[in-house]
Amino acid sequence: MIEVMTANYAAAYAVKLARVGVIAAYPITPQSSISEKLAEMYVKGELHGKYFLVESEHSAMSMLIGASYAGARTFTATSSHGLALMHEMLFWAVGARRPIVMAVVARALAPPWNIWGDHMDVMSERDTGWMQFFCENNQETLDTILMAYKISENRSVMLPSMVIEDGFILSHTYEAVDIPDQDEVDDFLPPFDPEWKIDFNDPRRFGGLTMPDWWSEFRYRIALDQEVARKKIVEVDKEFERKFGRSYGGLVEFYNCDDAEVALVLAGSAVGTAKEVSDKMRERGKKVGVVKLKTFRPFPAEELKKLNDMVPVVGVFDRSYTFGYGGALYSEVRNGIYDPAGGALVKNYVGGMGGKDFTPKNMEFIFEDLLRIKKEGKVDKMVEWINIKDGTGRW
Amino acid sequence: MVETPKTYKDLPSTPITFFTTEDNKTGTWRTIRPVIDKEKCTRCYICWKFCPDLSIEVEKEGDYPNVDYDHCKGCGICANECPSNAITMEKEMEK
Repeated sequence: MIEVMTANYAAAYAVKLARVGVIAAYPITPQSSISEKLAEMYVKGELHGKYFLVESEHSAMSMLIGASYAGARTFTATSSHGLALMHEMLFWAVGARRPIVMAVVARALAPPWNIWGDHMDVMSERDTGWMQFFCENNQETLDTILMAYKISENRSVMLPSMVIEDGFILSHTYEAVDIPDQDEVDDFLPPFDPEWKIDFNDPRRFGGLTMPDWWSEFRYRIALDQEVARKKIVEVDKEFERKFGRSYGGLVEFYNCDDAEVALVLAGSAVGTAKEVSDKMRERGKKVGVVKLKTFRPFPAEELKKLNDMVPVVGVFDRSYTFGYGGALYSEVRNGIYDPAGGALVKNYVGGMGGKDFTPKNMEFIFEDLLRIKKEGKVDKMVEWINIKDGTGRW
Repeated sequence: MVETPKTYKDLPSTPITFFTTEDNKTGTWRTIRPVIDKEKCTRCYICWKFCPDLSIEVEKEGDYPNVDYDHCKGCGICANECPSNAITMEKEMEK
């Protein structure tokens, strides 16, 4: 059934279709309409599970860890400061191996106050051990949540997932979304069946103290299971395509890359703009490719290494910044594709933060800049901030 | 009881124990031990209520409380709370 809706509503429909057992949420812009829609569904008796109002995001995540221990499929949604407040419990969810799925509507962190789209919040949670999936559009948000449960709950993965949609650009923008039938989703996503859960007849301690001689081994398991997840993500994407006819490339999608002269790596809603601009530029004979980073953790370094054989110059577009260095995606991509024998030149473009429009014109500037670097054979500067009022009149 | 793991591969998929805290004998942590003087004890069970480690045991209503020395860490809360001063904390070394 195709309906016109925001990515936030698409996320709420995915949660309903996934028959989530426990939802705990605290409102924050631009996430609020996910939890509001779920609350409305709950009151109408349309939800399979229970909905709990909590006093903070820290409590929301804590409650889900407990509910997941009890054997429930769990969901929450947050943004920005809410995600930052959860930070401690994000580590706990991973260490406890709870396959929680959370929608993060990516937003800037204050001050100055800003409620709009930005990737700084999600990039700051890179090291927690959560899997991180970016979405390009509203349909992908719904589909990714369904896939995330299947990947997370796999007994050889058992790691939580963040499904990331760009604040306002997706969360509050209406698009046509195909809502799958409940029967089809039930067939794709079986009930959550963990190997270990709380059982009053078989009491145990969960997440208790581990001495230094075994602690690293638990961390090593998480590291290995992120590698297992890498394979499962591709498998689940293929299964999803067979059932629903839509695929997102697993970890990474190469678009217009086969005969490209330069390529741009990016994540989230800006991918759509990049694809559109790439198509238009190709009509004018400019062969520019787009690399959509669907999955940020586990990071698709092997897949991205192919870029060294495809193009001599790679651009990376970041909606976040690691102060004192460069964009977060940039440092990861550059490190990931590093080839001691040479490899592609890499340049970082930073922009579209705090909801600043990132237009097709800006995207075209980046592609033209990459073509110039290809011609000149060297990168002029490591990082360039796009569309900044720098007094040059350039923007 | 499950076999002790030998490598990371033997670890459970979530960090859990294969036993409850009962098997964790924390009594060895103690440097001072509570000793209940039954002459002074009125069986009000305030010590039982306050013990943070469930180490004061009362079999049934009316019985004198007993200390579970396998698990009592010797924090002294029971002695501090006892309104009849029936509990004294004695140095372990003297025993």
